[in-house]
Amino acid sequence: MGIIQTKNLVFEYIRRDEEGNVEGFTRAVDNVNLDIKQGDFIAVLGHNGSGKSTFAKHLNAILYPTEGAVFVDGKNTTKKDNLWDVRRTAGMVFQNPDNQIIGQVVEEDVGFGPENMGVPTKEIWERVEESLKAVGMYEYRKHSPNKLSGGQKQRVSIAGVLAMHPKCIILDEPTAMLDPKGRKEVIRAVRALNQVENITVILITHYMEEVIYADKVVVMDKGRVAMEGTPKEIFSKVDKLKELRLDVPQVTLLAHELKKSGVKLPDGILTTEEFVKELSKVFGNR
Amino acid sequence: MLRDITLGQYYQTESVLHRMDPRVKLAGTLIYMISLFLYKNLTAYILAFLFLLSVIKISKVPFKYMVKGLKTVMVLLFITSIFNIFYTKGEPLFTIWKFVITKEGVANAVYIMIRLSFLIIGSSLMTLTTTPNQLTDGLEKLLGPLKKIKVPVHEVSMMMSIALRFIPILMEETDKIMKAQMARGANFESKKLMEKIKAMVPLLVPLFISAFRRANDLAMAMEARCYQGGEGRTRMKPLVYKKIDYVAYGVLIIYVASVIICGRLIPIHLL
Repeated sequence: MGIIQTKNLVFEYIRRDEEGNVEGFTRAVDNVNLDIKQGDFIAVLGHNGSGKSTFAKHLNAILYPTEGAVFVDGKNTTKKDNLWDVRRTAGMVFQNPDNQIIGQVVEEDVGFGPENMGVPTKEIWERVEESLKAVGMYEYRKHSPNKLSGGQKQRVSIAGVLAMHPKCIILDEPTAMLDPKGRKEVIRAVRALNQVENITVILITHYMEEVIYADKVVVMDKGRVAMEGTPKEIFSKVDKLKELRLDVPQVTLLAHELKKSGVKLPDGILTTEEFVKELSKVFGNR
Repeated sequence: MLRDITLGQYYQTESVLHRMDPRVKLAGTLIYMISLFLYKNLTAYILAFLFLLSVIKISKVPFKYMVKGLKTVMVLLFITSIFNIFYTKGEPLFTIWKFVITKEGVANAVYIMIRLSFLIIGSSLMTLTTTPNQLTDGLEKLLGPLKKIKVPVHEVSMMMSIALRFIPILMEETDKIMKAQMARGANFESKKLMEKIKAMVPLLVPLFISAFRRANDLAMAMEARCYQGGEGRTRMKPLVYKKIDYVAYGVLIIYVASVIICGRLIPIHLL
Protein backbone atom coordinates (compact mmCIF):
# COMPACT_ATOMS: atom_id res chain seq x y z
CA MET A 1 0.00 0.00 0.00
CA GLY A 2 1.35 3.37 -1.01
CA ILE A 3 1.39 6.71 0.74
CA ILE A 4 -1.98 7.67 -0.67
CA GLN A 5 -4.66 5.24 -1.64
CA THR A 6 -8.23 5.85 -2.70
CA LYS A 7 -10.78 3.07 -2.82
CA ASN A 8 -13.90 3.57 -4.95
CA LEU A 9 -13.88 7.25 -3.99
CA VAL A 10 -17.20 8.98 -4.69
CA PHE A 11 -18.14 12.54 -3.81
CA GLU A 12 -21.55 14.05 -4.45
CA TYR A 13 -22.71 17.62 -4.24
CA ILE A 14 -26.31 18.32 -3.43
CA ARG A 15 -27.82 20.55 -6.09
CA ARG A 16 -30.48 22.93 -4.84
CA ASP A 17 -32.88 25.22 -6.65
CA GLU A 18 -33.47 28.82 -5.61
CA GLU A 19 -35.83 27.92 -2.78
CA GLY A 20 -33.32 25.50 -1.35
CA ASN A 21 -35.14 22.35 -2.36
CA VAL A 22 -32.95 19.45 -3.35
CA GLU A 23 -32.92 19.11 -7.12
CA GLY A 24 -30.57 16.21 -7.33
CA PHE A 25 -26.99 15.14 -6.84
CA THR A 26 -23.94 15.89 -8.89
CA ARG A 27 -21.15 13.39 -8.81
CA ALA A 28 -17.98 15.47 -8.73
CA VAL A 29 -15.75 12.48 -8.13
CA ASP A 30 -16.89 9.13 -9.40
CA ASN A 31 -15.31 5.86 -8.41
CA VAL A 32 -11.65 6.83 -8.35
CA ASN A 33 -9.14 4.14 -7.46
CA LEU A 34 -5.57 5.26 -7.14
CA ASP A 35 -2.50 3.96 -5.35
CA ILE A 36 0.35 6.44 -5.09
CA LYS A 37 3.79 5.30 -3.99
CA GLN A 38 6.13 7.32 -1.74
CA GLY A 39 8.43 9.50 -3.84
CA ASP A 40 6.23 9.55 -6.93
CA PHE A 41 5.50 12.66 -8.96
CA ILE A 42 1.88 12.37 -10.02
CA ALA A 43 0.16 14.88 -12.26
CA VAL A 44 -3.61 15.09 -12.33
CA LEU A 45 -4.95 16.65 -15.51
CA GLY A 46 -8.40 17.71 -16.49
CA HIS A 47 -10.35 20.64 -17.86
CA ASN A 48 -12.53 22.88 -15.66
CA GLY A 49 -15.15 20.95 -13.76
CA SER A 50 -13.52 17.59 -14.27
CA GLY A 51 -13.44 17.00 -10.52
CA LYS A 52 -9.70 17.25 -10.10
CA SER A 53 -9.78 19.94 -7.39
CA THR A 54 -12.55 18.16 -5.51
CA PHE A 55 -10.46 15.02 -5.66
CA ALA A 56 -7.43 16.88 -4.29
CA LYS A 57 -9.38 18.22 -1.32
CA HIS A 58 -10.10 14.66 -0.24
CA LEU A 59 -6.43 13.88 0.16
CA ASN A 60 -6.09 16.53 2.86
CA ALA A 61 -9.33 15.74 4.69
CA ILE A 62 -10.92 19.05 3.72
CA LEU A 63 -13.71 17.10 2.05
CA TYR A 64 -14.87 13.66 3.09
CA PRO A 65 -15.92 10.93 0.67
CA THR A 66 -19.63 10.24 0.16
CA GLU A 67 -18.76 6.64 -0.63
CA GLY A 68 -15.52 4.72 -0.58
CA ALA A 69 -12.46 5.76 1.40
CA VAL A 70 -9.16 7.62 1.25
CA PHE A 71 -6.11 6.38 3.09
CA VAL A 72 -3.17 8.69 3.73
CA ASP A 73 -0.15 6.81 5.02
CA GLY A 74 -2.50 3.97 5.91
CA LYS A 75 -4.87 6.20 7.89
CA ASN A 76 -8.51 6.61 6.96
CA THR A 77 -9.27 10.32 6.48
CA THR A 78 -12.87 10.07 7.71
CA LYS A 79 -11.79 9.14 11.23
CA LYS A 80 -11.69 12.23 13.46
CA ASP A 81 -8.64 11.00 15.39
CA ASN A 82 -6.61 10.82 12.20
CA LEU A 83 -7.41 14.34 11.03
CA TRP A 84 -4.26 16.14 12.18
CA ASP A 85 -2.02 13.22 11.27
CA VAL A 86 -3.45 13.23 7.76
CA ARG A 87 -2.99 16.97 7.36
CA ARG A 88 0.55 16.71 8.66
CA THR A 89 1.43 13.91 6.25
CA ALA A 90 -0.20 15.44 3.21
CA GLY A 91 0.34 19.19 2.94
CA MET A 92 -1.70 21.24 0.55
CA VAL A 93 -0.86 24.28 -1.58
CA PHE A 94 -3.78 26.20 -3.04
CA GLN A 95 -4.33 28.24 -6.16
CA ASN A 96 -4.36 31.82 -4.92
CA PRO A 97 -1.09 32.69 -3.17
CA ASP A 98 -2.58 35.79 -1.48
CA ASN A 99 -5.29 33.83 0.25
CA GLN A 100 -3.05 31.29 1.91
CA ILE A 101 -0.28 33.43 3.34
CA ILE A 102 -1.11 34.22 6.95
CA GLY A 103 2.03 35.92 8.25
CA GLN A 104 3.07 39.49 7.63
CA VAL A 105 6.68 38.51 7.21
CA VAL A 106 7.82 35.61 5.02
CA GLU A 107 9.53 33.71 7.83
CA GLU A 108 6.55 34.11 10.15
CA ASP A 109 4.27 32.62 7.54
CA VAL A 110 6.52 29.62 7.02
CA GLY A 111 6.57 29.13 10.78
CA PHE A 112 2.78 29.07 11.02
CA GLY A 113 2.39 25.34 10.32
CA PRO A 114 5.02 24.16 12.82
CA GLU A 115 3.60 26.60 15.41
CA ASN A 116 0.22 24.94 15.05
CA MET A 117 1.78 21.52 15.44
CA GLY A 118 3.41 22.51 18.70
CA VAL A 119 7.00 22.23 17.51
CA PRO A 120 9.54 23.72 19.98
CA THR A 121 10.73 27.25 19.13
CA LYS A 122 14.30 26.31 18.28
CA GLU A 123 13.21 23.61 15.89
CA ILE A 124 10.71 25.96 14.21
CA TRP A 125 13.58 28.26 13.27
CA GLU A 126 15.57 25.34 11.87
CA ARG A 127 12.61 24.13 9.85
CA VAL A 128 11.86 27.61 8.54
CA GLU A 129 15.44 28.13 7.43
CA GLU A 130 15.67 24.74 5.76
CA SER A 131 12.32 25.05 3.94
CA LEU A 132 13.01 28.55 2.70
CA LYS A 133 16.37 27.39 1.40
CA ALA A 134 14.74 24.42 -0.33
CA VAL A 135 12.51 26.70 -2.41
CA GLY A 136 15.20 29.34 -2.88
CA MET A 137 13.46 32.08 -0.90
CA TYR A 138 15.86 32.35 2.04
CA GLU A 139 17.11 35.80 1.19
CA TYR A 140 13.53 37.10 1.28
CA ARG A 141 12.80 35.82 4.80
CA LYS A 142 12.43 39.30 6.30
CA HIS A 143 10.28 40.67 3.47
CA SER A 144 6.58 41.37 3.54
CA PRO A 145 4.69 38.86 1.36
CA ASN A 146 2.81 41.75 -0.24
CA LYS A 147 5.97 42.89 -1.96
CA LEU A 148 6.78 39.56 -3.62
CA SER A 149 5.85 38.43 -7.12
CA GLY A 150 3.23 35.73 -7.67
CA GLY A 151 5.79 33.00 -8.24
CA GLN A 152 7.72 34.00 -5.14
CA LYS A 153 4.55 34.06 -3.03
CA GLN A 154 3.64 30.60 -4.23
CA ARG A 155 7.13 29.35 -3.34
CA VAL A 156 6.65 30.80 0.14
CA SER A 157 3.38 28.85 0.38
CA ILE A 158 5.24 25.70 -0.62
CA ALA A 159 7.89 26.40 2.02
CA GLY A 160 5.09 26.87 4.55
CA VAL A 161 3.84 23.37 3.81
CA LEU A 162 7.35 21.97 3.68
CA ALA A 163 8.13 23.24 7.19
CA MET A 164 5.53 20.81 8.48
CA HIS A 165 7.73 17.97 7.18
CA PRO A 166 5.04 16.28 5.12
CA LYS A 167 5.62 13.06 3.22
CA CYS A 168 3.43 14.27 0.44
CA ILE A 169 2.55 17.64 -1.04
CA ILE A 170 -0.66 18.23 -2.97
CA LEU A 171 -0.61 21.28 -5.20
CA ASP A 172 -4.03 22.38 -6.39
CA GLU A 173 -3.38 24.37 -9.57
CA PRO A 174 -0.54 26.31 -7.97
CA THR A 175 0.38 28.05 -11.20
CA ALA A 176 -3.06 29.03 -12.48
CA MET A 177 -2.72 32.66 -11.40
CA LEU A 178 0.94 33.12 -12.32
CA ASP A 179 2.76 34.47 -15.35
CA PRO A 180 4.99 32.10 -17.38
CA LYS A 181 8.08 33.09 -15.41
CA GLY A 182 6.44 32.47 -12.07
CA ARG A 183 5.06 29.19 -13.35
CA LYS A 184 8.54 28.00 -14.23
CA GLU A 185 9.91 29.02 -10.81
CA VAL A 186 7.23 27.07 -8.99
CA ILE A 187 7.53 23.95 -11.11
CA ARG A 188 11.30 23.98 -10.76
CA ALA A 189 10.97 24.19 -6.97
CA VAL A 190 8.42 21.38 -6.91
CA ARG A 191 10.58 19.11 -9.05
CA ALA A 192 13.59 19.75 -6.83
CA LEU A 193 11.60 18.73 -3.76
CA ASN A 194 10.52 15.56 -5.44
CA GLN A 195 13.97 14.59 -6.64
CA VAL A 196 16.16 15.81 -3.78
CA GLU A 197 13.94 15.30 -0.74
CA ASN A 198 11.98 12.37 -2.17
CA ILE A 199 8.67 13.98 -1.28
CA THR A 200 5.61 12.62 -3.03
CA VAL A 201 4.12 15.31 -5.24
CA ILE A 202 0.58 15.40 -6.53
CA LEU A 203 0.26 18.24 -8.98
CA ILE A 204 -3.20 19.22 -10.09
CA THR A 205 -3.00 21.32 -13.24
CA HIS A 206 -4.34 22.04 -16.66
CA TYR A 207 -1.03 23.13 -18.14
CA MET A 208 0.38 20.34 -20.26
CA GLU A 209 3.96 21.62 -20.06
CA GLU A 210 4.01 20.94 -16.33
CA VAL A 211 3.01 17.34 -16.77
CA ILE A 212 5.91 16.08 -18.85
CA TYR A 213 8.22 15.63 -15.84
CA ALA A 214 5.73 13.49 -13.92
CA ASP A 215 6.23 9.80 -13.25
CA LYS A 216 2.60 9.19 -13.86
CA VAL A 217 -0.25 11.21 -15.33
CA VAL A 218 -3.88 10.79 -14.38
CA VAL A 219 -6.40 12.41 -16.70
CA MET A 220 -9.79 13.12 -15.15
CA ASP A 221 -13.05 13.74 -16.92
CA LYS A 222 -16.53 14.06 -15.39
CA GLY A 223 -15.15 12.88 -12.07
CA ARG A 224 -13.77 9.65 -13.48
CA VAL A 225 -10.23 8.64 -14.28
CA ALA A 226 -10.24 8.79 -18.07
CA MET A 227 -6.60 7.94 -18.74
CA GLU A 228 -3.67 6.82 -16.65
CA GLY A 229 -0.05 6.24 -17.58
CA THR A 230 3.38 7.77 -18.11
CA PRO A 231 3.50 11.14 -19.90
CA LYS A 232 4.74 9.37 -23.02
CA GLU A 233 1.83 6.97 -23.02
CA ILE A 234 -0.67 9.74 -22.42
CA PHE A 235 0.67 12.09 -25.06
CA SER A 236 0.88 9.43 -27.70
CA LYS A 237 -2.91 9.45 -27.70
CA VAL A 238 -3.35 12.95 -29.07
CA ASP A 239 -6.80 12.32 -30.47
CA LYS A 240 -8.15 11.00 -27.19
CA LEU A 241 -6.78 14.03 -25.35
CA LYS A 242 -8.49 16.34 -27.81
CA GLU A 243 -11.71 14.50 -27.17
CA LEU A 244 -11.30 15.29 -23.48
CA ARG A 245 -10.82 18.96 -24.41
CA LEU A 246 -7.21 19.07 -23.31
CA ASP A 247 -4.39 20.83 -25.13
CA VAL A 248 -1.33 18.91 -26.12
CA PRO A 249 2.17 20.51 -25.93
CA GLN A 250 2.95 22.16 -29.26
CA VAL A 251 5.90 19.90 -30.06
CA THR A 252 3.83 16.81 -29.43
CA LEU A 253 1.10 18.15 -31.65
CA LEU A 254 3.54 18.98 -34.43
CA ALA A 255 5.09 15.52 -34.24
CA HIS A 256 1.64 13.99 -34.28
CA GLU A 257 0.62 15.93 -37.40
CA LEU A 258 3.89 15.09 -39.15
CA LYS A 259 3.41 11.45 -38.37
CA LYS A 260 -0.09 11.54 -39.75
CA SER A 261 1.24 12.90 -43.04
CA GLY A 262 3.79 10.15 -43.36
CA VAL A 263 6.97 11.16 -41.50
CA LYS A 264 8.27 8.22 -39.48
CA LEU A 265 8.34 9.65 -35.96
CA PRO A 266 7.73 7.75 -32.70
CA ASP A 267 4.69 8.46 -30.56
CA GLY A 268 4.65 10.72 -27.52
CA ILE A 269 7.42 13.22 -28.20
CA LEU A 270 7.38 15.66 -25.27
CA THR A 271 10.28 18.09 -25.56
CA THR A 272 11.81 20.14 -28.34
CA GLU A 273 15.21 18.43 -27.87
CA GLU A 274 13.65 15.03 -28.28
CA PHE A 275 11.79 16.20 -31.37
CA VAL A 276 14.95 17.59 -32.96
CA LYS A 277 16.80 14.35 -32.24
CA GLU A 278 14.10 12.18 -33.75
CA LEU A 279 13.71 14.44 -36.72
CA SER A 280 17.43 14.39 -37.47
CA LYS A 281 17.29 10.60 -37.30
CA VAL A 282 14.73 10.63 -40.06
CA PHE A 283 16.25 13.31 -42.25
CA GLY A 284 19.85 13.22 -41.01
CA ASN A 285 21.14 10.83 -43.65
CA ARG A 286 20.22 13.04 -46.56
CA MET B 1 -5.51 62.90 4.66
CA LEU B 2 -5.65 59.36 6.05
CA ARG B 3 -2.16 58.77 4.88
CA ASP B 4 -0.77 61.61 6.99
CA ILE B 5 -1.75 60.13 10.31
CA THR B 6 1.37 58.64 11.82
CA LEU B 7 -0.62 56.91 14.54
CA GLY B 8 -0.34 53.19 14.01
CA GLN B 9 2.55 53.22 11.59
CA TYR B 10 5.82 51.47 12.14
CA TYR B 11 9.09 53.29 11.66
CA GLN B 12 11.96 50.91 10.89
CA THR B 13 15.23 51.73 12.63
CA GLU B 14 17.58 50.16 15.14
CA SER B 15 17.10 51.34 18.72
CA VAL B 16 16.72 50.08 22.28
CA LEU B 17 13.06 50.96 22.17
CA HIS B 18 12.56 48.90 19.02
CA ARG B 19 14.16 45.87 20.61
CA MET B 20 12.10 46.12 23.78
CA ASP B 21 9.36 43.63 24.56
CA PRO B 22 5.99 44.88 23.28
CA ARG B 23 4.44 44.18 26.67
CA VAL B 24 6.75 46.72 28.30
CA LYS B 25 5.81 49.30 25.71
CA LEU B 26 2.09 48.64 26.07
CA ALA B 27 2.26 48.83 29.85
CA GLY B 28 4.52 51.88 29.63
CA THR B 29 2.11 53.73 27.37
CA LEU B 30 -0.77 53.00 29.71
CA ILE B 31 1.19 54.12 32.78
CA TYR B 32 2.33 57.25 31.00
CA MET B 33 -1.26 58.12 30.08
CA ILE B 34 -2.38 57.68 33.68
CA SER B 35 0.53 59.76 34.95
CA LEU B 36 -0.62 62.65 32.76
CA PHE B 37 -3.98 62.73 34.48
CA LEU B 38 -2.77 62.29 38.06
CA TYR B 39 -2.05 65.93 38.90
CA LYS B 40 -3.08 69.19 37.40
CA ASN B 41 0.06 71.22 37.94
CA LEU B 42 3.17 72.18 36.05
CA THR B 43 5.57 70.02 38.08
CA ALA B 44 3.98 66.82 36.85
CA TYR B 45 3.96 68.09 33.28
CA ILE B 46 7.60 69.12 33.36
CA LEU B 47 8.49 65.62 34.53
CA ALA B 48 6.25 64.09 31.84
CA PHE B 49 7.88 66.33 29.26
CA LEU B 50 11.39 65.33 30.29
CA PHE B 51 10.43 61.68 30.26
CA LEU B 52 8.86 61.95 26.81
CA LEU B 53 11.83 63.87 25.45
CA SER B 54 14.31 61.24 26.61
CA VAL B 55 12.18 58.39 25.23
CA ILE B 56 11.96 60.18 21.86
CA LYS B 57 15.72 60.58 21.93
CA ILE B 58 16.20 56.88 22.66
CA SER B 59 13.71 55.78 19.98
CA LYS B 60 15.76 57.41 17.18
CA VAL B 61 12.55 58.20 15.33
CA PRO B 62 12.99 61.65 13.78
CA PHE B 63 10.90 64.21 15.64
CA LYS B 64 9.75 65.71 12.35
CA TYR B 65 8.23 62.40 11.34
CA MET B 66 6.29 62.24 14.57
CA VAL B 67 4.96 65.79 14.35
CA LYS B 68 3.87 65.26 10.78
CA GLY B 69 1.27 62.85 12.11
CA LEU B 70 0.08 65.37 14.65
CA LYS B 71 -1.08 67.97 12.15
CA THR B 72 -4.53 66.51 11.63
CA VAL B 73 -5.04 65.96 15.33
CA MET B 74 -3.99 69.57 16.03
CA VAL B 75 -7.34 70.86 14.78
CA LEU B 76 -9.11 68.74 17.35
CA LEU B 77 -6.73 69.91 20.07
CA PHE B 78 -7.33 73.50 19.15
CA ILE B 79 -11.10 73.20 19.28
CA THR B 80 -10.97 71.48 22.67
CA SER B 81 -8.84 74.20 24.20
CA ILE B 82 -11.02 77.00 22.77
CA PHE B 83 -14.04 75.48 24.45
CA ASN B 84 -12.09 75.29 27.67
CA ILE B 85 -11.19 78.96 27.51
CA PHE B 86 -14.78 80.10 27.07
CA TYR B 87 -16.66 77.68 29.23
CA THR B 88 -14.69 77.59 32.47
CA LYS B 89 -16.12 79.69 35.26
CA GLY B 90 -13.86 81.51 37.71
CA GLU B 91 -11.95 84.70 38.28
CA PRO B 92 -12.51 86.92 35.22
CA LEU B 93 -9.37 88.03 33.43
CA PHE B 94 -10.87 90.15 30.64
CA THR B 95 -13.96 90.15 28.41
CA ILE B 96 -14.25 90.02 24.63
CA TRP B 97 -17.69 91.10 23.45
CA LYS B 98 -20.01 88.76 25.42
CA PHE B 99 -17.44 86.19 26.46
CA VAL B 100 -15.70 86.34 29.78
CA ILE B 101 -12.23 84.90 29.74
CA THR B 102 -11.31 83.52 33.13
CA LYS B 103 -7.98 82.78 34.71
CA GLU B 104 -8.99 79.17 35.26
CA GLY B 105 -10.15 78.92 31.67
CA VAL B 106 -6.77 79.86 30.27
CA ALA B 107 -5.02 77.53 32.67
CA ASN B 108 -7.39 74.70 31.76
CA ALA B 109 -6.85 75.28 28.06
CA VAL B 110 -3.10 75.13 28.46
CA TYR B 111 -3.31 71.99 30.58
CA ILE B 112 -5.60 70.21 28.15
CA MET B 113 -3.31 71.18 25.29
CA ILE B 114 -0.28 69.75 27.08
CA ARG B 115 -2.07 66.61 28.22
CA LEU B 116 -3.50 65.68 24.86
CA SER B 117 -0.41 66.39 22.80
CA PHE B 118 1.78 64.40 25.23
CA LEU B 119 -0.77 61.62 25.17
CA ILE B 120 -0.80 61.44 21.39
CA ILE B 121 2.97 61.65 21.00
CA GLY B 122 3.39 59.07 23.74
CA SER B 123 1.04 56.53 22.20
CA SER B 124 2.31 57.10 18.68
CA LEU B 125 5.82 56.43 20.01
CA MET B 126 4.63 52.96 20.89
CA THR B 127 3.18 52.21 17.46
CA LEU B 128 6.17 53.78 15.74
CA THR B 129 8.58 51.41 17.45
CA THR B 130 6.47 48.21 17.51
CA THR B 131 5.43 46.15 14.49
CA PRO B 132 1.70 45.36 14.34
CA ASN B 133 2.55 41.71 14.81
CA GLN B 134 4.53 42.31 17.97
CA LEU B 135 1.71 44.48 19.18
CA THR B 136 -0.90 41.77 18.77
CA ASP B 137 1.47 39.24 20.33
CA GLY B 138 1.99 41.53 23.29
CA LEU B 139 -1.72 42.14 23.69
CA GLU B 140 -2.42 38.43 23.56
CA LYS B 141 0.11 37.72 26.26
CA LEU B 142 -0.93 40.66 28.47
CA LEU B 143 -4.62 39.82 28.22
CA GLY B 144 -3.87 36.11 28.66
CA PRO B 145 -5.40 35.90 32.15
CA LEU B 146 -8.75 36.92 30.63
CA LYS B 147 -8.89 33.49 28.96
CA LYS B 148 -9.95 32.11 32.33
CA ILE B 149 -13.20 34.03 32.11
CA LYS B 150 -13.70 32.75 28.54
CA VAL B 151 -12.58 35.85 26.67
CA PRO B 152 -11.29 34.58 23.27
CA VAL B 153 -7.97 36.42 23.54
CA HIS B 154 -6.05 34.28 21.06
CA GLU B 155 -8.81 34.42 18.46
CA VAL B 156 -9.12 38.19 18.71
CA SER B 157 -5.39 38.76 18.33
CA MET B 158 -5.26 36.30 15.42
CA MET B 159 -8.07 38.20 13.72
CA MET B 160 -6.26 41.47 14.30
CA SER B 161 -3.05 40.27 12.72
CA ILE B 162 -4.88 38.76 9.75
CA ALA B 163 -6.82 41.99 9.28
CA LEU B 164 -3.54 43.90 9.25
CA ARG B 165 -2.10 41.56 6.65
CA PHE B 166 -5.12 41.92 4.37
CA ILE B 167 -5.35 45.71 4.45
CA PRO B 168 -2.91 46.26 1.56
CA ILE B 169 -4.47 43.40 -0.43
CA LEU B 170 -7.96 44.81 -0.07
CA MET B 171 -6.68 48.31 -0.90
CA GLU B 172 -5.26 46.99 -4.13
CA GLU B 173 -8.51 45.20 -4.82
CA THR B 174 -10.52 48.38 -4.22
CA ASP B 175 -8.34 50.15 -6.71
CA LYS B 176 -8.88 47.41 -9.29
CA ILE B 177 -12.66 47.37 -8.82
CA MET B 178 -12.73 51.16 -9.02
CA LYS B 179 -10.90 51.11 -12.33
CA ALA B 180 -13.13 48.33 -13.63
CA GLN B 181 -16.27 50.27 -12.69
CA MET B 182 -14.86 53.47 -14.17
CA ALA B 183 -14.29 51.61 -17.43
CA ARG B 184 -17.99 50.77 -17.29
CA GLY B 185 -18.92 54.41 -16.83
CA ALA B 186 -19.13 54.74 -13.04
CA ASN B 187 -18.52 58.25 -11.74
CA PHE B 188 -16.33 58.52 -8.65
CA GLU B 189 -15.29 62.11 -9.22
CA SER B 190 -18.59 63.80 -8.36
CA LYS B 191 -18.47 66.44 -5.63
CA LYS B 192 -22.10 65.99 -4.54
CA LEU B 193 -22.53 63.98 -1.37
CA MET B 194 -25.52 61.95 -2.56
CA GLU B 195 -23.77 60.95 -5.77
CA LYS B 196 -20.63 60.12 -3.85
CA ILE B 197 -22.57 57.75 -1.62
CA LYS B 198 -24.32 56.22 -4.62
CA ALA B 199 -20.97 55.63 -6.29
CA MET B 200 -19.82 53.60 -3.29
CA VAL B 201 -22.41 50.86 -3.86
CA PRO B 202 -20.87 49.35 -7.02
CA LEU B 203 -17.53 49.54 -5.25
CA LEU B 204 -18.47 48.03 -1.91
CA VAL B 205 -20.62 45.15 -3.12
CA PRO B 206 -17.91 43.44 -5.19
CA LEU B 207 -15.35 44.25 -2.52
CA PHE B 208 -17.39 42.52 0.15
CA ILE B 209 -18.04 39.50 -2.04
CA SER B 210 -14.36 39.15 -2.75
CA ALA B 211 -13.45 39.63 0.91
CA PHE B 212 -15.79 36.81 1.88
CA ARG B 213 -14.31 34.56 -0.78
CA ARG B 214 -10.84 35.35 0.47
CA ALA B 215 -11.86 34.64 4.05
CA ASN B 216 -13.21 31.28 2.98
CA ASP B 217 -10.00 30.39 1.13
CA LEU B 218 -7.86 31.55 4.00
CA ALA B 219 -9.80 29.51 6.53
CA MET B 220 -9.30 26.44 4.36
CA ALA B 221 -5.60 27.13 3.98
CA MET B 222 -5.22 27.61 7.74
CA GLU B 223 -6.99 24.36 8.47
CA ALA B 224 -4.86 22.55 5.92
CA ARG B 225 -1.85 23.77 7.89
CA CYS B 226 -3.18 22.21 11.08
CA TYR B 227 -4.55 25.38 12.67
CA GLN B 228 -6.75 24.37 15.57
CA GLY B 229 -6.95 27.48 17.72
CA GLY B 230 -4.54 28.65 20.40
CA GLU B 231 -4.55 25.34 22.25
CA GLY B 232 -1.25 23.47 22.08
CA ARG B 233 0.34 26.07 19.86
CA THR B 234 4.01 26.97 20.20
CA ARG B 235 5.51 30.27 19.15
CA MET B 236 8.19 30.96 16.63
CA LYS B 237 9.03 34.25 18.29
CA PRO B 238 8.06 33.81 21.93
CA LEU B 239 7.96 36.89 24.12
CA VAL B 240 10.69 36.64 26.71
CA TYR B 241 11.67 39.46 29.04
CA LYS B 242 15.30 40.44 28.69
CA LYS B 243 17.49 42.61 30.85
CA ILE B 244 16.53 45.86 29.12
CA ASP B 245 12.87 45.09 29.72
CA TYR B 246 13.40 44.84 33.46
CA VAL B 247 15.44 48.03 33.36
CA ALA B 248 12.59 49.70 31.46
CA TYR B 249 10.07 48.60 34.07
CA GLY B 250 12.41 50.02 36.73
CA VAL B 251 12.62 53.35 34.93
CA LEU B 252 8.84 53.43 34.63
CA ILE B 253 8.38 52.87 38.35
CA ILE B 254 10.91 55.61 39.18
CA TYR B 255 9.11 57.95 36.79
CA VAL B 256 5.68 57.32 38.29
CA ALA B 257 7.04 57.62 41.83
CA SER B 258 8.71 60.94 41.09
CA VAL B 259 5.55 62.27 39.43
CA ILE B 260 3.52 61.38 42.51
CA ILE B 261 6.05 62.76 44.98
CA CYS B 262 6.89 65.98 43.14
CA GLY B 263 3.32 66.56 41.99
CA ARG B 264 2.06 66.40 45.57
CA LEU B 265 4.89 68.06 47.46
CA ILE B 266 6.08 70.85 45.17
CA PRO B 267 3.16 71.79 42.93
CA ILE B 268 3.77 74.78 40.66
CA HIS B 269 0.57 76.30 39.32
CA LEU B 270 0.08 78.27 36.18
CA LEU B 271 -1.07 81.85 36.80
